[in-house]
Amino acid sequence: MTASTVDIAVSLYRTVRLIRRFEERALELVRSGDIVGGIHPCIGQEAVPAGVCAALGQDDLVTGTHRGHGHVLAKGADPARMMAELTGRVTGLNKGRGGSMHAADFGVGVLGANAIVGAAGAIATGAAWARQRLGTPVVAATFFGDGAVNEGMLLETFNLAALWRVPVVFVCENNGWATTMRVDDAVAGSITGRAEAFGIPASTVDGQDAAAVLAATREAVARARAGGGPSFLECRTQRFEAHHTFEHAVRLRYRTDEELALIRARDPLDIQGARLDAAVRADVDSEIEDVLGHAVEFALASEFPDPLTALDHLYASGLRPRPGSGV
Amino acid sequence: MPKLSYQKALNRALADAMTADETVFVLGEDVRVAASNVTAGLHKRFGDDRVLDTPLSEQGFTSFATGAAIAGMRPVIEFQIPALLFLSFEQITNHAHKFSLMTGGQCTVPVTYVVPGSGSRTGWAGQHSDHPYSLFAHVGVKTVVPATPADAYGLLRSAIADPDPVVVFAPSAALGVREDLDFGTLAPVSLGSGRIHRHGTDVTVVAVGHHVHDAVAVADDLADSVSVEVFDPRTLYPFDWDGLTESVSRTGRLVVIDDSNRMCGLAGEVIATISERVRLAAPPARVTRPDGAVLPFSLELDRSVQPSRAQLADAVAIAVKERP
Repeated sequence: MTASTVDIAVSLYRTVRLIRRFEERALELVRSGDIVGGIHPCIGQEAVPAGVCAALGQDDLVTGTHRGHGHVLAKGADPARMMAELTGRVTGLNKGRGGSMHAADFGVGVLGANAIVGAAGAIATGAAWARQRLGTPVVAATFFGDGAVNEGMLLETFNLAALWRVPVVFVCENNGWATTMRVDDAVAGSITGRAEAFGIPASTVDGQDAAAVLAATREAVARARAGGGPSFLECRTQRFEAHHTFEHAVRLRYRTDEELALIRARDPLDIQGARLDAAVRADVDSEIEDVLGHAVEFALASEFPDPLTALDHLYASGLRPRPGSGV
Repeated sequence: MPKLSYQKALNRALADAMTADETVFVLGEDVRVAASNVTAGLHKRFGDDRVLDTPLSEQGFTSFATGAAIAGMRPVIEFQIPALLFLSFEQITNHAHKFSLMTGGQCTVPVTYVVPGSGSRTGWAGQHSDHPYSLFAHVGVKTVVPATPADAYGLLRSAIADPDPVVVFAPSAALGVREDLDFGTLAPVSLGSGRIHRHGTDVTVVAVGHHVHDAVAVADDLADSVSVEVFDPRTLYPFDWDGLTESVSRTGRLVVIDDSNRMCGLAGEVIATISERVRLAAPPARVTRPDGAVLPFSLELDRSVQPSRAQLADAVAIAVKERP
């Protein structure tokens, strides 16, 4: 491998490792009660955001999903401020106003995780279209799961993006499950066929392999920058964990132990890790431990927001809503 | 003085806003040929990039506009019929409206949604005749309902300039209203400021949108026996509570005419708030659509479920009968 391909391999591994350990530390904080409301862990799916975001520049845009920690981190948000957001602190990315499902960092092009399935595609498409009109063209990548391909609004968006040749990459993280519904029970036809019906070039990618995702995204991004409009990537991936941490409490049974073992057999961490020298991998692991040690410490040491500021930012104009009691 | 129609005032406001700010653009269905007339001439003057005809994909293009707004533009969406607001309600309230707070103030969403022809269009039946402004006031989306051409111009300019999402209802029954005015006096009207159309001392009638003209007509009819003040909130959210409180503090009586359904409609909120603030000399009254109204097609049926001048005159008569 050349120096730069080694650098890329290390960088991809670092991102996958960062997301994995971030999620594991976040799960600890869910159990300890420091993260309220639970999370939708993306363990097992890390290679998709790692590969997609490695093909994007700082000014490019992404929108994420309810399972969105990976999207925000891979695009370059500060893990400490992300952890502070999950723990509801005023130092969080959204000052504690968004939490796990709405984390955003406009400074690095993260227009927000969006908790309504299939809703962010149109927003990313509009944003990419606007930047082109404003003379500062960028590419937007919008992540969504296999459940979203049955949402009408997303299909409307494919049509708009294709008609208007918007530089957007539609990234479907097909983890096989919409909460507890199998993709085979939910999707008539095919996932890529939906995009192809609108004339959008679509391909299926091994979503457990960060390098494969990067290669496919580079092609899509190049097409977008050259004026070729949208592309669609179906990244076949696996969700190792629960849909949401509430499952730990209610013990939903929809995947057998044998099935889970198969699901976990191809781990993106091992796939990318195997491409690194053992010593390099150990260095990255140790570096990530430090980053997350600091992140958790920073989050838990940060202040909670003042309840008197609960509706700050509701109106950008500064309008103050009437309180819920009194005259 | 030249006459300006309400519809032309909206058209002029759009053209002036697009001239003043290059980031303003219009999108919607059939806006290039100006099916509603409100976008007449804009495509020729500003071109394809700034007047965008959309496919029939209301949810998609509503959130497309949200994306364009957070990326630095000022979209104005025209919805051809009021019911499209039901279809895009999720996109407006759950995304556009919430982004400023949810992101901790990282973005603004300056989108304007214009409905030229809200409420009954006379004979357009159940699915084209709604007037859902109370829904938007309820969820806290800025909501304006201009009554006159000058206010239509001024409120639309302010809505477009506002950093937050704003819904502008242009009642079908007001679109033909014409006003003599010096075009040089057209100017933005700030959101949240009401207007007294007619001063009076016995009762304050709060009238929304096209009903302002009904209220003024009823006030004129009753002028020999009752002195009616007509208060037009112009913006329903934020509402000019101080302006209305001042008026009712003088008159002591309150009647509201509002083209919402009665249950959880704007009139209920106006009465509740003023009752909290002012000791009224008589029970307040409201004239609204009935609970759960669906406008039936046949003309007399359509009219029978809309607030009328006769109902308003009755409500005023009852309110003033109760002398302190």
